[in-house]
Amino acid sequence: MTKAYFVLDDGAIFEGESWACVGETFGEAVFSTGMTGYQETLTDPSYHKQVVVMTAPHIGNTGMNSTDEESRKIWVSGFVVRNPSPRVSNWRSEISLEESLIDAGVVGISGVDTRAITRHLRDRGAMRVGIFSGTELSREEMVIKVRQAPPMSGAFLAEDVSTPEKYIVPVPEGVEKRFTVAAIDLGIKSATPRHMSDRGIEVHVFPVGATKEEILAINPDGVFLSNGPGDPATMVDIVELVREFLLDSMPIFGICFGHQILGRALGFDTYKLPFGHRGINQPVKNLQSGTVEITAHNHGFAVAAPIDSNFTTVFGAGYVSHICLNDGVVEGLELLEKPAFSVQYHPESAAGPHDAAYLFDHFVEMMTKEKAGRSA
Amino acid sequence: MPKDQSIKSVLVIGSGPIVIGQACEFDYSGTQACRVLREEGVRVILINSNPATIMTDPEFADATYIEPITPDIIEKIIAKERPDAVLATLGGQTALNAAMALNELGIFEKYGTRLIGADIPAIKRGEDRDIFKKIVEKVGGESARSAICHSLEDCYAAVETLNYPVVVRPSFTMGGLGSGIAFDREELDLIAGAGLRHSPTTEVLLEESILGWKEYELEVMRDHKDNVVIVCSIENVDPMGVHTGDSITVAPALTLTDVEYQKLRDLSIEIIREVGVATGGCNIQFAVNPQDGRIIVIEMNPRVSRSSALASKATGFPIAKIATKLAIGYSLDEIQNDITQSTPASFEPTLDYIVVKVPRFAFEKFPEADPRLTTTMKSVGEAMAIGRSFPEALQKALRSVEKKGTSFTWRTPSLSREELVASVGIPTEFRLQQVQQLMALGASVEELHGLTKIDPWFLAQIEAINNAALEIAGASDLSAEVLLKAKRLGFADFQIAELRNIAESEVRGVRHRLGVKPVYKTVDTCAAEFEAHTPYHYSSYDLESEVIPRTKPAVIILGSGPNRIGQGVEFDYSCVHAAFALKAAGYETIMINCNPETVSTDYDTSDRLYFEPLTLEDVLEVIAAETQAGPVLGVIAQLGGQTPLGLARGLMDAGVTILGTSPNSIDLAEDRGQFGNVLDVAQLVAPKYGMAQSYEEAVTIAHEISYPVLVRPSFVLGGRGMEIVYDDESLRGFIERATQITPNHPVLIDRFLDDAIEIDVDALYDGEELFLAGVMEHIEEAGIHSGDSACVLPSASLNADMQKQIREATHKIASGVNVRGLINIQFAITRTNPGETGTLYVLEANPRASRTVPFVSKATGNPLSKAAALISVGRSIADLRKEGVLPITGDGVAHGISVKEAVLPWNRFRRVDGTGVDSVLGPEMRSTGEVMGIANTFGEAYAKSQSAAFGALPKSGNVFLSLSERDKEGSVEPARTLVNLGFTLFTTIGTHNYLASTGVQSTLVRKNSDSAAQGPSAVDIITNGTVQLVINTPLGRGTRHDGWLIRTASVQRQIPIITTIAGFKAAVAGISDITANDFSIKSVQEWSA
Repeated sequence: MTKAYFVLDDGAIFEGESWACVGETFGEAVFSTGMTGYQETLTDPSYHKQVVVMTAPHIGNTGMNSTDEESRKIWVSGFVVRNPSPRVSNWRSEISLEESLIDAGVVGISGVDTRAITRHLRDRGAMRVGIFSGTELSREEMVIKVRQAPPMSGAFLAEDVSTPEKYIVPVPEGVEKRFTVAAIDLGIKSATPRHMSDRGIEVHVFPVGATKEEILAINPDGVFLSNGPGDPATMVDIVELVREFLLDSMPIFGICFGHQILGRALGFDTYKLPFGHRGINQPVKNLQSGTVEITAHNHGFAVAAPIDSNFTTVFGAGYVSHICLNDGVVEGLELLEKPAFSVQYHPESAAGPHDAAYLFDHFVEMMTKEKAGRSA
Repeated sequence: MPKDQSIKSVLVIGSGPIVIGQACEFDYSGTQACRVLREEGVRVILINSNPATIMTDPEFADATYIEPITPDIIEKIIAKERPDAVLATLGGQTALNAAMALNELGIFEKYGTRLIGADIPAIKRGEDRDIFKKIVEKVGGESARSAICHSLEDCYAAVETLNYPVVVRPSFTMGGLGSGIAFDREELDLIAGAGLRHSPTTEVLLEESILGWKEYELEVMRDHKDNVVIVCSIENVDPMGVHTGDSITVAPALTLTDVEYQKLRDLSIEIIREVGVATGGCNIQFAVNPQDGRIIVIEMNPRVSRSSALASKATGFPIAKIATKLAIGYSLDEIQNDITQSTPASFEPTLDYIVVKVPRFAFEKFPEADPRLTTTMKSVGEAMAIGRSFPEALQKALRSVEKKGTSFTWRTPSLSREELVASVGIPTEFRLQQVQQLMALGASVEELHGLTKIDPWFLAQIEAINNAALEIAGASDLSAEVLLKAKRLGFADFQIAELRNIAESEVRGVRHRLGVKPVYKTVDTCAAEFEAHTPYHYSSYDLESEVIPRTKPAVIILGSGPNRIGQGVEFDYSCVHAAFALKAAGYETIMINCNPETVSTDYDTSDRLYFEPLTLEDVLEVIAAETQAGPVLGVIAQLGGQTPLGLARGLMDAGVTILGTSPNSIDLAEDRGQFGNVLDVAQLVAPKYGMAQSYEEAVTIAHEISYPVLVRPSFVLGGRGMEIVYDDESLRGFIERATQITPNHPVLIDRFLDDAIEIDVDALYDGEELFLAGVMEHIEEAGIHSGDSACVLPSASLNADMQKQIREATHKIASGVNVRGLINIQFAITRTNPGETGTLYVLEANPRASRTVPFVSKATGNPLSKAAALISVGRSIADLRKEGVLPITGDGVAHGISVKEAVLPWNRFRRVDGTGVDSVLGPEMRSTGEVMGIANTFGEAYAKSQSAAFGALPKSGNVFLSLSERDKEGSVEPARTLVNLGFTLFTTIGTHNYLASTGVQSTLVRKNSDSAAQGPSAVDIITNGTVQLVINTPLGRGTRHDGWLIRTASVQRQIPIITTIAGFKAAVAGISDITANDFSIKSVQEWSA
């Protein structure tokens, strides 16, 4: 059994056992409270450059399968669990979690007090971390190395995770094609185009650098801004592109990082939350209907927008459509005079509850209306 | 919308006595409901027949009716109290059925009130299997293929398409009563036949078998805005085929991917919407095929359930409390999460620990009963444990069950490998232990999965425990590393000791020296995402402890562990009251308990809650942690029954202060010789007795004392293994069996006082003053266990002289034993002639809270447990009188006449051949719960108690009598009274002739054994519904066939059966009263006024 160390940039060190790959890795330490869905978490590009601490005590029970992948690879830079499963038990499992992590070169640590780590991060905020196993370094040397790693604030990561080439997710057989949507891949999860294509949307997934011309070339009915990692403040070009589409009254739907980009395009600031929202049990209130949705979250940043009343932007009035009931953070934006809306959380919900899937229907309605208006 | 302002008063319907399938979880839910309603300024009216509950204490409601939960009584209460609404979703199936009956009768409309929580159509949609099945289909789910049957012919037809085995489920019964799996026609006749009888709608459902599938349960809540949350997912370790209540279960679900879990979640939400549970909680059960993931919706309960209590304790999300708030108009987002105090209740708890529940059974009390676990629930209680891994939680839960043979052991098993292979396929009480033993003998995960269908993931965890056991046994010495690994897998010190062949104390010594100690984590609903403000802790061998320092002196209260026969909700009652009283007196109260069904394990009850096993090791570790956190005054061990009492000596030896009565006093009262000295000094007498170590010795003693004698092993709980024997032969039979029960323990032989009156006394003593709280007279004669005997307070037959003698004797014993707090003494009185004072014998003294403390508290209006808790921290009875806790002067005085009756679980158990188990009472306790009837006359109080105990006495009709020789004389007067009241008597030959000779006429029926005679047999007239009451008194134990047939037929047909002549007399008094008058109702508050 090889010792491993979870080393935070405030100097706190948690000792555990080496798991998955031996070596060292760095990233932003975050915790995720989902009791199911580690596979979706691992393959969610939004976790790029993050070391994820799972609060659920047993991880790996159901192994890994090819259908639940949210993207082409595992993105986390490190994985922290209390009890790795000694055995996989699920009829869909193809490979064990540890084997998957080893294949992906992910350094992990197990046997640590994940609850103590979570409380530490909750009280002190997300911070840089390193996992070291099989190392000769002293404690001081490990802390110094962690402090040399790049911080998440100011990180531009979209290019790392975005698709190198444009690709199309067609409408499945038996479903009528109704719309074409250009989805800008900032770290898109496969569940998202699936939700759209199930609703008759042919999804063209564009790399992050796509130009307005390239996008307009497919004659889209709407533009989708995906989730993804990094600091929204670095996304200057995309914010500019979104503004142009807003002026054109192009229907826009943003999720997570995409929501932060829409927020910035509307002139709002984004800010880093102390320790973010990561889990699949977050109560979000729809301020229009008054109902509560249990939703999947994975965000370290948020949009600063006024909740109490409508706001005005250069694109006309708008309002905050959703808030998180735990802490009042803005979870959704919608414009009144332009066809654009976004949510901070994950209606595609993989992993997570399906309560917010209606938002994809909302996008369809928006495009239907816009299309009708244009042809009239 | 906040609270519905039109609701100013609510009638809460409780769940009645503790029975298998419906235990103190409904005291927990009902108590929460009452507390919430009162906090909201709502006037609370409560009906519950169970005096042992916390909810029936006068302080929890404005008007508390300890009355039978029957439609006519509830109507009377509604007519009198005029509640704006009725809440029936927190009192289990009993309350729900009562609500359905009230609705049928049009009571709600008649009095302009309404049901809140769930409405009648929703209850019907949830509970009617046919309607429910259609709902499942409508929302895109799948049900097991099935057929609704109203007769055996329907069943035969259905099996043609469903094929054997088929699952039989009667409609509208609780805890799966009457359900089972039939593998052939013969079993179908038995199970479906009984099921049709048990179902109030004569309806059973036959279903395709999904035996061996994975089983899950989701706890769901919905508010009037249609917000829905899943509070908890629970996975059964025992696959489909074993009732959830009898399964080892784990939370959260551990072997589903998110995709699969979300399917269950979506279905649950669609179902609760479609069923239309508008506000409140429900649970939905699923089966999942482990081969392909096919999901089958099994059933839903449109109400708070046993699983809701488990889910509440497992997550920190108080389902009953929230359900009550939703019922009076709040929505989930308007309710705050108590634990975080900053987030709303409209969220889904997430766990960073594992919860395991293990059932506790009582098959040893029913040696005739079929030990196989099926879809009919048979367990009498449960223990829950929390750990940071499944093995840790599992091993903690197993030791929390507190029963020999439950914790894993690595001694050579008593069964061979072949025998184990043969037995693990059949679910029984100790199957998991057999699985572990078989794996220890080398069987693989695959092999065991094949035999048991238990998910390989769980089996692999047990394999890890076994591997660790090998390492512990084989380690050169107990290093910190070895110990820490063992502890993280939940090994107790005693298990490590056994593996190393050293003393438990030595393991503890080494462990402490090496600094291997548990930390205490917090159950916080949110996996530490938010700060927790409620100190609800569990131990784990991890890095960081979350116990916060305090300045107030703490009193630690030890709870009573899992419910069992002989130790149930009545001890939780005492513990909870101690917590309330000591909190009010300015102490920091700390509760340790492991029973998820209870009020004591509600995080609202004490200042701090430790959900931990009640073993010496686990308790000492909590005390150590709390001693570091602040001053600890001591531990209260006298309120939780035998469990904490059994720990008291060990705690004291470890230097812990035991508050109240000292362990030395407990030993003094338990040790025959020492207690004999106390009696000698006090000039009191006990029945003659002796102690024998061999059969020969026993015979000599028995002859010396003279038969009949009461024999028992030297250490017992709830009368276990106790028997009355009348001759040498049955004595030999007993000794052979008894010495098997506890080897190296002598057998006690007592003179049995035939026909004596038995008296139970509860009293408080502070070292100087005695407060005699209540003197109860048993209705059944000596020889029936006090827990199974009905009793009346005040006693009816004691004259002033005897009452004085009893008071003096109680005082002398309390003083002689040196009690500080409660004492319970059992006396027997023999009389040669009726009307004389008689001779007083002391049977036993227990210097602790007794089973009858809540009953006495309610009958007299004095909070005995509170008083006992305060005495144990130094208050005197004089102080308590001044403070108003006890009356200014005098002893406890009963208001009205109160009768306590026991409720017995005969209908739950069958023999392997499918026939019923014998329902005769004896010295061994077998009741699961109790009820109370209170009225101005004995007859009415007794009749109420029978009605509440599911054996309502008839007002007219036919009564069957078959009496043993010695009871015939005593039956004449009550029999004559019945005839005078217009009843027709049916009798067997001996009874017939005897009664005829005294001028009492009866109709003769043949004994079943007398096949030559003509006409219907005794069993026929019971089975065909001719008679409404059965009196059958057997002689001694070894019952004759006829009597057994009569009794089991009565139990199956649910006809009240009385097996003692004293019970017969009481019943006739009751019948006389109810034929003349209707039941009256009066609240506890009115009785005390």
